[in-house]
Amino acid sequence: MATAEKYVGGGVPRKEDPKLITGQGQFLEGLTLPGMLHAALLRSPHGSARITSVDVSAAAAAEGVVAAYSGADLADEWAAGLPMAWPVTDDIRIPDHWPVAQDVARYVGDAVAVVVATSRNAALDAAELVEVDYDVLDAVVDVEAAVADGAPRVHESFDDNKSYTWALTNGEVDEAFAKADVVVKERYTQPRLIPNAMEPRAVVAQPVPSTGDFTVWSTTQIPHVAKVLFALTLGIPESQIRVIAPSDVGGGFGSKLNVYAEEALCIALARRLGKPVKWVAGRSEGYLATIHGRDQVQEIEIAATSDGDILGYRVHILAAMGAYLQLVAPGVPLLGAFLYCGCYGGEAYHFECTGVFTNTTPTDAYRGAGRPEATYAIERAIDSLAREVGVDPAEIRRRNFLPAGDMVQSPGGLAFDSADYEPALDRALELLDYDGFRSDQAERREGGGSRQIGVGFSSYVEICGLAPSQVLASLKYAAGGWDAATVRMLPTGKAEVVTGSSPHGQGHVTSWSQIAADALGIPYEDVTVLHGDTHVAPHGMNTYGSRSLAVAGVAVHNACDRVVDKARGLAAHLLEVAPEDLEYEAGTFSVKGVPDRTKSMPELAFAAWTAHSLPEDSEPGLEASCVYDPPNFTFPFGTHVAVVEVDTETGAVDLVRYIAVDDCGPVINPVIVDGQVHGGVAQGIAAALYEEATYAEDGTLETSSMVNYLVPSAAEFPSFETDRTVTPSTSNPMGVKGIGEAGTIGSAPAVINAIVDALSHLGVTDVPMPASPERVWRAIQSAQGGEA
Amino acid sequence: MKRISVTVNGVRHEADVEPRTLLVHFIREQLELTGTNVGCDTSSCGACTILMNGQSAKSCTVLAVQADGAEVTTVEGLASNGDWHPVQKAFHEQHGLQCGFCTPGMMMAAVGYLDENPSPTEDEVRLALEGNLCRCTGYHNIVKAVLAAADDMGS
Ligand code: FES
Ligand code: FES
Repeated sequence: MATAEKYVGGGVPRKEDPKLITGQGQFLEGLTLPGMLHAALLRSPHGSARITSVDVSAAAAAEGVVAAYSGADLADEWAAGLPMAWPVTDDIRIPDHWPVAQDVARYVGDAVAVVVATSRNAALDAAELVEVDYDVLDAVVDVEAAVADGAPRVHESFDDNKSYTWALTNGEVDEAFAKADVVVKERYTQPRLIPNAMEPRAVVAQPVPSTGDFTVWSTTQIPHVAKVLFALTLGIPESQIRVIAPSDVGGGFGSKLNVYAEEALCIALARRLGKPVKWVAGRSEGYLATIHGRDQVQEIEIAATSDGDILGYRVHILAAMGAYLQLVAPGVPLLGAFLYCGCYGGEAYHFECTGVFTNTTPTDAYRGAGRPEATYAIERAIDSLAREVGVDPAEIRRRNFLPAGDMVQSPGGLAFDSADYEPALDRALELLDYDGFRSDQAERREGGGSRQIGVGFSSYVEICGLAPSQVLASLKYAAGGWDAATVRMLPTGKAEVVTGSSPHGQGHVTSWSQIAADALGIPYEDVTVLHGDTHVAPHGMNTYGSRSLAVAGVAVHNACDRVVDKARGLAAHLLEVAPEDLEYEAGTFSVKGVPDRTKSMPELAFAAWTAHSLPEDSEPGLEASCVYDPPNFTFPFGTHVAVVEVDTETGAVDLVRYIAVDDCGPVINPVIVDGQVHGGVAQGIAAALYEEATYAEDGTLETSSMVNYLVPSAAEFPSFETDRTVTPSTSNPMGVKGIGEAGTIGSAPAVINAIVDALSHLGVTDVPMPASPERVWRAIQSAQGGEA
Repeated sequence: MKRISVTVNGVRHEADVEPRTLLVHFIREQLELTGTNVGCDTSSCGACTILMNGQSAKSCTVLAVQADGAEVTTVEGLASNGDWHPVQKAFHEQHGLQCGFCTPGMMMAAVGYLDENPSPTEDEVRLALEGNLCRCTGYHNIVKAVLAAADDMGS
């Protein structure tokens, strides 16, 4: 199909913006329905406690309160517990997970009662009046402590706190290590992170008691997936549930890729009370009740020759699941399982991960999900190898890069499409002026002052476009990896694109409009994109894992192709020629050799609608759908570089430059892609330098609000320098790969490597994340043999 | 209940409010101006930033009764006669927003700041916006937008 690229590849300003910059955004907190009630939850203050009694009578009698329930009161609402869709092994232990705890509360924040009132304040006030008696039990919050002998058990019904162990071996691992000249062995911790989408979660469930229908509005990334799972959890026929992710959802980063207790609860309460029920999280409540990310302990060993050529890898992970298994939590480490060898070669690979219960808020997919952890481990460890064998860190990467090519076999077991890792590294080095940097660094070191500089690299490859369905099946993922689009020409020549993706900041309305406008040859303004409402867009697998463009976007592209095909038949019929005799260019069919005999897309849309004269076997209307299930993952890659200045007296780190060279294949909207990189990089830098959720031994979340969990502001970042190489994916007809998580995946190790580099002359080889001034200072002291 | 009189976006409102009502809730719930968002419960995020008597303020840290007699501008009042304010234009042109949740507060903080310092440096803008958190943009394009707006307003 000839497609004139008028919009694709251009930095078209976003269609999403006008309402958002004028205060007309439709965020869920603003939704009010007639007769709407408000729910508030009472949450356990204990990390682990048996619930001996719950007395809701005082709460139920409070002003404005309509009803108050304990977990036991609501037990018959659930056809099943909250869903977990990724049972990674056959023998995985899956605990019951009720929206309101019934016998034991297993983390601070586990719901124990709910109050419904006519206003949010009345519900919140009355929740304080619920009286709960607890038998407080020992808690365990640390992933290593949880697997130690005699650790308190999070779930009494299991013998220990292990949920599963999943392993993968390729090649002769012991042999590779036996013949190695050098083995580096490193241990890293991945701090627990709180995703902090700026819009807190909210849900509204509206019942139609006479029919049993429900409409559920939720700040979700996954309206379609949630619809299926609400049906299963609540025992409501799926056909009677409509889920709407509002047209504006304020960020997700994985934290809205879930089915949460409060969603199920609002539907159950709406069913019981026959009225709409709303719940809105306060930020601090969200810190307890919305998934956290990371929280892993990693051991990685690399076997190499004395030249630094890598022979093999051994990786052992303990991954905190939290108190229960949220939607895809067990699978998160698996998304990294194939990537602990990064973009490097080698002959053997062993990976093993144990998922562990702790008395903490459940973890799940947070931006990058498994891949930032893997990239951190390999990118830190390869620097250790470089130091060990005395090779420059840029050079050791180059030396070990997999060869350029398509479907290049990685030691991790996957075949990477569109591999070409050197140009991105070269470009990053050029932007940095590497030689210049090293001579500045040498000068500083000679000067001996307290402000030393360092550079850190991170050459990553990642897995995106989560699909194809068959591969997901082999990993025991319970859902498919396809996505859907319908493209319809309207009688007036405008087009509607119905997508299964569910954007919450990514700009799909803009990007999908660019794709469709070019394919259909109509103005960008004439395309409307519909999403997020299961009645409007009936099919979708939604938005997570950097999959939207590479799956849903390709579905839009293919559906447009099909519309053009159908239009060709109609044009041929109206122009009385054979379809092969037509040329298609930018929305116009013309008869070959007779360029003034034409039919435009709007003309054909009108003709298809009036249906006055259609080809035989053709139906009225000009519309087509595509459900696209890609043949492979896509594998974006790149090299990131951080430059830091470290004050060796105070340990303070100043991030001076950040360079990101990414390869996500061809770009639909470069401005949006840069924006995704900026935001992703910022979240990785935040993890490297500032953010960490911590628990006291009794299970209290110490970082319980934005006051003590450090979400960095503009003042903590430099401007970012971005560039791209373009190596198209062969897995889809557009060659696109995905960019939503790349920044987060690449950035944290670059920053820590830079800090270590700045201090390497002092003997520092490691600084844990987040690299607070105190930790950096201690690393210096201990390297110098002082007190630390 | 206490009777207050507040001028919001040029319109004078007389209303009865509970003494504990926060200005942001008064704006969102009583005046039904839902453009001003609530992103936290600890005065940390700045999503609720408005202008009060020309100065930016976090409306979750102000009681509605404290706004008695004040002139308040919210994001809904930023455009005049349908023309976007230069800060709105710059956020759109520089891709200064993704999900848009922080944006109303971020823009109001920027408008308040540019009034004090019409030609700031990049570092000054970064420091000035310290009280406003964004999780999507990494601030890169927000800072660019504020600098572009300053240019635009100065020319
Ligand atoms: S809502 Fe966060 S500072 Fe006001
Ligand atoms: S644009 Fe989403 S929080 Fe700023």
